[in-house]
Amino acid sequence: MIKRFNRWFDDRLGASGFVRTALNKVFPDHWSFMLGEIALYSFLLLLLTGVYLTFFFEPSLKEVMYHGSYAPLKGVEMSQAYESTLHLSFEVRAGMVMRQMHHWAAIVFLAAIVVHVGRVFFTGAFRRPREINWVVGCSLLVLAMANGFAGYSLPDDQLSGTGLRIAYSIALSIPLGGTWVAYLLFGGEFPSESIISRLFVIHVLFLPLLILGLLGAHMAILWRQKHTQFRGKGKTEDNVVGSRLWPSYALKSVGFFFIVSAVVALLGGVAQVNPIWLYGPFRAADVSAASQPDWYVGWLDGALRLFPGWEIRAFGHTIPAVFFPGVLLPTVSFGLLFGWPFIEARFTKENEREYHLLDRPRERPLRTGIGVGVISFYVVLFFAAATDVLATVFDVSVTGLLVTFRAVLIALPPVAASVTYRLCKEANALPDEEGTAPVVSRTPSGAYVLDDHGGGNGSNGASRADGVDHADTPAPEPSPGA
Amino acid sequence: MARRGGTVLLVVAGLISVLVTALHPAAAIEAPGTDGDIQRGHELYTPGCSSCHGLHAEGTRRAPPLLGVGAASVDFWVSSGRMPLKTGGRQAVRKPPEYDRKQIDDLIAYVTSLDPGGPPVPELDLARADLVEGGELFRSNCAACHGAVAIGGALASGRQAPPLRPASAVQAAEAIRIGPGAMPSVGPDTFAHDQLEAVVRYVESLDHPDDPGGSGLGHAGPIPEGFVGWLVGLGALLLACFWIGERE
Repeated sequence: MIKRFNRWFDDRLGASGFVRTALNKVFPDHWSFMLGEIALYSFLLLLLTGVYLTFFFEPSLKEVMYHGSYAPLKGVEMSQAYESTLHLSFEVRAGMVMRQMHHWAAIVFLAAIVVHVGRVFFTGAFRRPREINWVVGCSLLVLAMANGFAGYSLPDDQLSGTGLRIAYSIALSIPLGGTWVAYLLFGGEFPSESIISRLFVIHVLFLPLLILGLLGAHMAILWRQKHTQFRGKGKTEDNVVGSRLWPSYALKSVGFFFIVSAVVALLGGVAQVNPIWLYGPFRAADVSAASQPDWYVGWLDGALRLFPGWEIRAFGHTIPAVFFPGVLLPTVSFGLLFGWPFIEARFTKENEREYHLLDRPRERPLRTGIGVGVISFYVVLFFAAATDVLATVFDVSVTGLLVTFRAVLIALPPVAASVTYRLCKEANALPDEEGTAPVVSRTPSGAYVLDDHGGGNGSNGASRADGVDHADTPAPEPSPGA
Repeated sequence: MARRGGTVLLVVAGLISVLVTALHPAAAIEAPGTDGDIQRGHELYTPGCSSCHGLHAEGTRRAPPLLGVGAASVDFWVSSGRMPLKTGGRQAVRKPPEYDRKQIDDLIAYVTSLDPGGPPVPELDLARADLVEGGELFRSNCAACHGAVAIGGALASGRQAPPLRPASAVQAAEAIRIGPGAMPSVGPDTFAHDQLEAVVRYVESLDHPDDPGGSGLGHAGPIPEGFVGWLVGLGALLLACFWIGERE
């Protein structure tokens, strides 16, 4: 029956050859290759929960009076966007858990992307022939950030309105075209009539489609180019060692999707995220202390806080201080990120052949050092976005904190980079630990077998008994540090 | 089984009624400081306060005069433990009060006997206060420094707007009227008495916000949310990767 069914399709589509190859495709089993899957599956959860939310969300700034169940806001004038978010949180069945899962999935999605980018960077998986996929992946990071910000802005609560106000000012700060850009994005002066409905289309249609398309491209390219893999027994530049797609890898991956869903659902159920009813409806005249963006925009907020108020006048134009941290910094950051494979290839001249075996981070002290230095820079910026909360919690001066953060921002990256560089160099000078660890095994007859000179570099710890029976000698003490 | 169910129901009902009372403070809160003893207040003032505020509350280089500050001011500073001042620090910080209720009333009686001006301790009837109006007033007047959920905020030069959770209703009302530290004082011409009660009721409600969705994570906004997302969310998923993936 199934055979006939299959044949019917195969006669018409001729797909059996392709399907057979596809099912036999081999995936590496290393845990760090699943980071991208966390991102993929949290994106899937974002789509699923997001669809549910669109049934109830009203992307409109029309003023209405609140008559819902949340007592402290009864009778307050607010936008339909805010009112419908309150409604879907309090009255719609499963609305709250869907909203919270959506938000947590976004937080996890971005975190997974960042860690995935880090894995690809530190192992050199971006080298020829994978530069295109690096660029596609970086675009996904940018789009995910943009979509996160758009989603965060939709409910029209006090916090999201504050974020939009900052975004508007950043757009305004662009020299020459700033006013145009701000008006183009917002459709007029802040707060414009149309911003929420525009953000809605951007958030639920435009950016998700782009992300979906690029995600498809990302995986199609991965499929075509095959996986990279760490060096090890039987692994060469021309093969991939791991599990076949069907059945082992597919089942494992489906299981992992359930795990990601479970973690996101758990967070959505037990941990409150973005309690907009406490922040109140957006009013342009109001602002709250401790206003922060979601974590992935935190580095930009931190940069805005730390940058001194330098205003430059040149050629009859004023460049406001906001321009440097708000426009220049992200442009340079993403420029360097996108361009890294090409920059590195230029300096190392490693562009003559294809690289399918990965580096271990310590084998590339310079790249690893630069990576750690750059990460420390953005981590400092991220923490700087919390200066007011840190000052309150730890009872220190917020002005002093800002000055300290500026100093740390300049001093830490070179220190972190050079310490990492030294550590990698030292680690490289040591012999491979797998080769030096003495292996003591006991034979069925009760004899102890000692092998203290493993297989050397790359043997992957394959135990090699020296064939001598050490039954009379006591087992040696494990050497320190082994 | 049925009986146990009944007990559970009773306990739940009791808990709910406690919660409801906490959310809607019932009767009027009696204003303190009306029946203090001037003489005993003087006896407490001389060793406790005069070294900074002067023997007759006339003020010194170290501290302002207390003439005409009013009962609300004395009660706020002393009952919140900010006075007597902890040495050092840029700001008077809340600590366990040094004097008991009776002694504070005596101090109030003594200080107000020197000059009877200044705002009295507000008498609050929170049961009739308008929670919604209080929320609107709080968000446009208080949230800028104390934060939308009243967790406090940083001010310039190492000062801070403290979290409002530890303040009692009366202390919150007194603070609005007297404007302690960097806070402006808001008189009855700006906030009428019923508006004062409304704000205080909203501040009190923030202590136990009507708040679904699980743990509030301190209500400090996206920062704790980001940490939970990384440590709990991504952390758990990394462990899962470790569990089902290869590790060598």
